[in-house]
Amino acid sequence: MSEESASIRKKRPANRERHSPVMKKSQIRQARISGSIIFGLMAVTLLFFIPAVADTGKATFRLSTPDDRVQLDPLRIPVTGSLWLLAAVLAFLGSLQLFRKSQSRRTVILGLSFSIFVLVIMLWATADREFSLVSMLDATVTNTTPIALGALSGILCERAGIVNIGIEGMLLSSAFSGVVLGSLYGGWIGLLGAVATGGLVALLLAVLAVHFHVDQIIIGVVINILALGLTSFLTAQVLVQRPQLNDAPIFRSQKIPLLGDIPILGPMFFDQTVIVYGTFVLVAVVTFFLFRTRWGLRTRAVGENPAVADTLGVSVVKVRYLAVLYGGMVGGFGGAWFTIGTVGRFDEGMTGGRGFIGLAAMIFGAWNPVGAFLAALVFGFFDSLRQKFGLLDTPIPTEFLAMAPYLVTIIVVAGLIGRVRPPAADGQPYQKEQ
Amino acid sequence: MTPPSPVDEQVVDPHVSPSSRERSRFPRGLHSVVARLRLGMNRRSSLVVPPLALLSALIVGAVIVMLAGVGLGETLSAYRAMLDGSVGSVRAISETLTAATPLILAGLSVALAFRAGLFNIGGEGQMLIGGMFGVLIGFSLTGLPIFIHLPLAILAGCIGGALWGLIPGLLKARTGAHEVIVTIMLNFIALRLVDYGLKTSLFQREGRSDPISKNIEATAELPQLLGWLDSSLRVHLGLVVGLVAAGLIHWLLFRSTMGFEFRAVGANSTAARYAGMSISRAYILVMMLSGALAGLAGTGQVLGVLDRASPGFSAGIGFDGIAVALLGKSNPWGVVAAALLFGGLRAGGQEMQVSTGVGIDLIAVIQALIIIFVAAPAVIRALYRLKTTAEATRISRGWNS
Repeated sequence: MSEESASIRKKRPANRERHSPVMKKSQIRQARISGSIIFGLMAVTLLFFIPAVADTGKATFRLSTPDDRVQLDPLRIPVTGSLWLLAAVLAFLGSLQLFRKSQSRRTVILGLSFSIFVLVIMLWATADREFSLVSMLDATVTNTTPIALGALSGILCERAGIVNIGIEGMLLSSAFSGVVLGSLYGGWIGLLGAVATGGLVALLLAVLAVHFHVDQIIIGVVINILALGLTSFLTAQVLVQRPQLNDAPIFRSQKIPLLGDIPILGPMFFDQTVIVYGTFVLVAVVTFFLFRTRWGLRTRAVGENPAVADTLGVSVVKVRYLAVLYGGMVGGFGGAWFTIGTVGRFDEGMTGGRGFIGLAAMIFGAWNPVGAFLAALVFGFFDSLRQKFGLLDTPIPTEFLAMAPYLVTIIVVAGLIGRVRPPAADGQPYQKEQ
Repeated sequence: MTPPSPVDEQVVDPHVSPSSRERSRFPRGLHSVVARLRLGMNRRSSLVVPPLALLSALIVGAVIVMLAGVGLGETLSAYRAMLDGSVGSVRAISETLTAATPLILAGLSVALAFRAGLFNIGGEGQMLIGGMFGVLIGFSLTGLPIFIHLPLAILAGCIGGALWGLIPGLLKARTGAHEVIVTIMLNFIALRLVDYGLKTSLFQREGRSDPISKNIEATAELPQLLGWLDSSLRVHLGLVVGLVAAGLIHWLLFRSTMGFEFRAVGANSTAARYAGMSISRAYILVMMLSGALAGLAGTGQVLGVLDRASPGFSAGIGFDGIAVALLGKSNPWGVVAAALLFGGLRAGGQEMQVSTGVGIDLIAVIQALIIIFVAAPAVIRALYRLKTTAEATRISRGWNS
């Protein structure tokens, strides 16, 4: 079973080609739609971006910061020429879809086209200016962290068949307890407290979902409302009067010797905080446990078909409780990022929807930890793009850049259904037959 | 008020087939005795649980307040202030009704979707877009008489909300994208769109640099209901709109073919498809109607209370609508009752914050606790040792549905 889900995804396109030499009408329509989208992107490039950069020279992308050991020369790219080139690539990819109606790699081609379009926007925004690519990539990994941890939290719960849309609430409440405990007893205790708080919130989800059979989406919504209300109430009631409780030490970046000196990749992956390193480790650990251990097999069995798992002697209740508890603790670890991982203070509603983006990353990544992490990287990239573009002061309103991750999520969710499959018993309470 | 029908008090349960639900609604012969017994029991449990849920939520809320370092006496006086602020005077009642007005509409929006097995978390976004449409018509048309201008502005709000609800409906029907994810994302998008729109010359008030819209014309304002008594009593015609909408939705759901289809799709979409109903059509229509109701809630706020749009003017009312619909068990008149309760909490919470300094965010906590207790009646049963047969609320079946 371990490779099953992975192999299904890999084989599927090949299967489809082999079994259906004649394309179905719906496939032709899908190919047409994606082809038109790609040509639309090309048209925008030709009609808007290329005229806009008419008199500009080169865009400069800095590849290292002044205090890096290995200094790379900044990339200087002629803007107009590159845009023409990229537009031509878009036209090629679009016609691949429209005329060959190639089915096998539709998602890849669409993804590639969107990436090219992002590149077009970046070139246009940086024309005649300097842009620190390395610091944006660094910020991308930082911004990915809470999203990836939220997604991991969701995966752990949902692989056992418990829908968790209360990730946002878990992040928020543990961000709060992290800062309070961190201010009182230091960062490590704060981190521990945040993890415990996440587990506590998860316990509420587990009790209501497993024991009382309450609709899991309702519990998730309630957890979000409760966490926002409670943390805002306590902030106004307690933290405002006692600001010393809202002033925690933060974890600093710790450079890993040698690896941290690799240009570009070093600052991205090997010069980060404990929480970011922890995320890398957790992605690996969760993958290993879900797909390589007995515990993981049981968890996935319970998520797919609790009745059968029960017949085979697996305790559905115990497995679900544990999975949700672990999920909550991972979420709590992610919550710590917001306060003791970055700014050291709590503000009302500071998670700003990161938990929901994590949920989207989970779906995007097909309920697989590595996939979810890669999806979270995409969202993290958009997040940092918005932050850095704010500095470049481009004519694109930041509101639209802020919308991008949400739009991408909708497109992904609408386009991926049928391709990714959630655990079969996701969201269904299990009641043992008497 | 029509008496609530027996089984309909429960939010649609996927395990009960539509035919058996219908049978117990129209009892005949011997069957009616059984049905009536069940009716009595169901009615008792559904009437007993909400007050006990409220009581429990208030008690837990008080514990939280005391944990935050407020003494017992002060906590009691805070609750006293909440009571005074919600029903203590004509002004308090007017404030309660004013706060309840958008909650009725937002609650109806969620309840209608619940009935069709859809979870519309997008009330916030639909309110925002609807309100922006309403405010646009409200300030851009001039010189019209009130009986043309006001209905036009309200209609525009409905259309805006319906459009924003159409997106998840269409995506759900065509691609199977789960409406929970899509509506959550659309909430964020609407929030940013409003932020952006309020800075464009179309909406922004002249001579202002902060995002704030122009004021609506007097002819687009929802008239105050008690203005003749005291011009500061804010309760407005939107309340009547809300009550009329509740009546219409009740008729639609329980007296019309379309409503029957909606409920059938919600109860068992496979059975509904085999009975020849179009699931996609139901999803699209329900989400449009649901969006229109939420849009109406937003329009009511801008035309009745705020007179203009500002960033995030929906103020969480769309989310409170979920709580209202759950507490009202997705029954339109139940929604009205729940909205009045939550309106009272909101109005009372304001008074509590002003006069005793206990933060109004406590209201959100109390509301969340109420939903937990209502959605899990077994908790209440266990706490108060009731012997009723209350089922846990279930409206969705995860991502696969």
